[in-house]
Amino acid sequence: MLECREITKTYGRKTAVDHVSLRFEPGKIYAMLGPNGSGKTTLMKMAVGLVKPNSGSFYYNGEKVGQESRREIAYMSTEPYFYNWMTVKDVGQYYADFFEDFSPEKYAQLIDRMELSMDMKAKTLSSGMMAKLKIAVTMARSAKVYLLDEPLNGIDLLARDEIMASILEATGPEVALVVSSHLVDELERIVDTAVFIKESHLIEVCEVEELRSQWGKSVADRYREIYGHGGESYAEADEI
Amino acid sequence: MEFKAALPIYLQVMMMIKRDIVTGELQLGAKMPSVRDMALQFTINPNTVSRVYRELEREGICFTKRGMGTFVTEEKEKVEQLKEEMAQELVSQFLNGMKQLGISGEEAVRMIKESAEC
Repeated sequence: MLECREITKTYGRKTAVDHVSLRFEPGKIYAMLGPNGSGKTTLMKMAVGLVKPNSGSFYYNGEKVGQESRREIAYMSTEPYFYNWMTVKDVGQYYADFFEDFSPEKYAQLIDRMELSMDMKAKTLSSGMMAKLKIAVTMARSAKVYLLDEPLNGIDLLARDEIMASILEATGPEVALVVSSHLVDELERIVDTAVFIKESHLIEVCEVEELRSQWGKSVADRYREIYGHGGESYAEADEI
Repeated sequence: MEFKAALPIYLQVMMMIKRDIVTGELQLGAKMPSVRDMALQFTINPNTVSRVYRELEREGICFTKRGMGTFVTEEKEKVEQLKEEMAQELVSQFLNGMKQLGISGEEAVRMIKESAEC
């Protein structure tokens, strides 16, 4: 449903994404893994049409991504994108104006569950609360594709559970979820497929249960093999 | 629940369900949670849960009623058989461990008897 062919993006002399071809199918959860700076964010931004590739393209159901595909693709970026004066309620209104598939009821439920309240001001939110707000407003859409860039970054354990739950709730046979992270162990148990990106190249796409049953390896094991100890962060735990 | 990261999660969930059936935690004929609820309950991928139910059904441990969900078998013999299999598995793990220590089967049996007596 969402795919790119031979996509490349350079910023000046630096190549952020180098001839990557990928395909995301409905009914699956993908982990996009790699250390910071490996090209995950650029790839996601190209998937929503926010960054123009130098060559190659992203296609959604056969059409080049852009204004039209954005109706069905929900994207959560790493940088905060709300105005300081906005309340949590305003943020919802802002999204409701932009996206037809935004559900105010679902938003209210998520805000409640994340232990936020509608009258909180964006500028007063802690980084953990901001992360929860970003997830709530993104998952309140009924999109066909969700692209979540580092949703678990800088988040405490309890908030993480809520975020994982809201991600799982969005799954369905027609929905593709892509979650990027440089932390492996959080995603280990919820993803179908792991996509490894290293130094702007696509290294490997693997089915995680197959990785376990055929090779006796966890995603974290494979991560270590691919990135070695140069990998910025990886799981230490055997149990997840 | 914690899972071993390097073992297929669907197998770990299957083991847990089987154990719950044998111990009576899950009763004969009981309705299993929906795929979605189970996925949320354990924070695991819904496709993993579907696979668990599919495999359990294939093994005759669960069955699905159209539009009603997945249920634990109603056959008592099936549970007895499960119990037997799980016990056998424990015995063979134990014997393997003893073998690695260089302890013979007979010696192991003697040690178990002694242990069980006190």
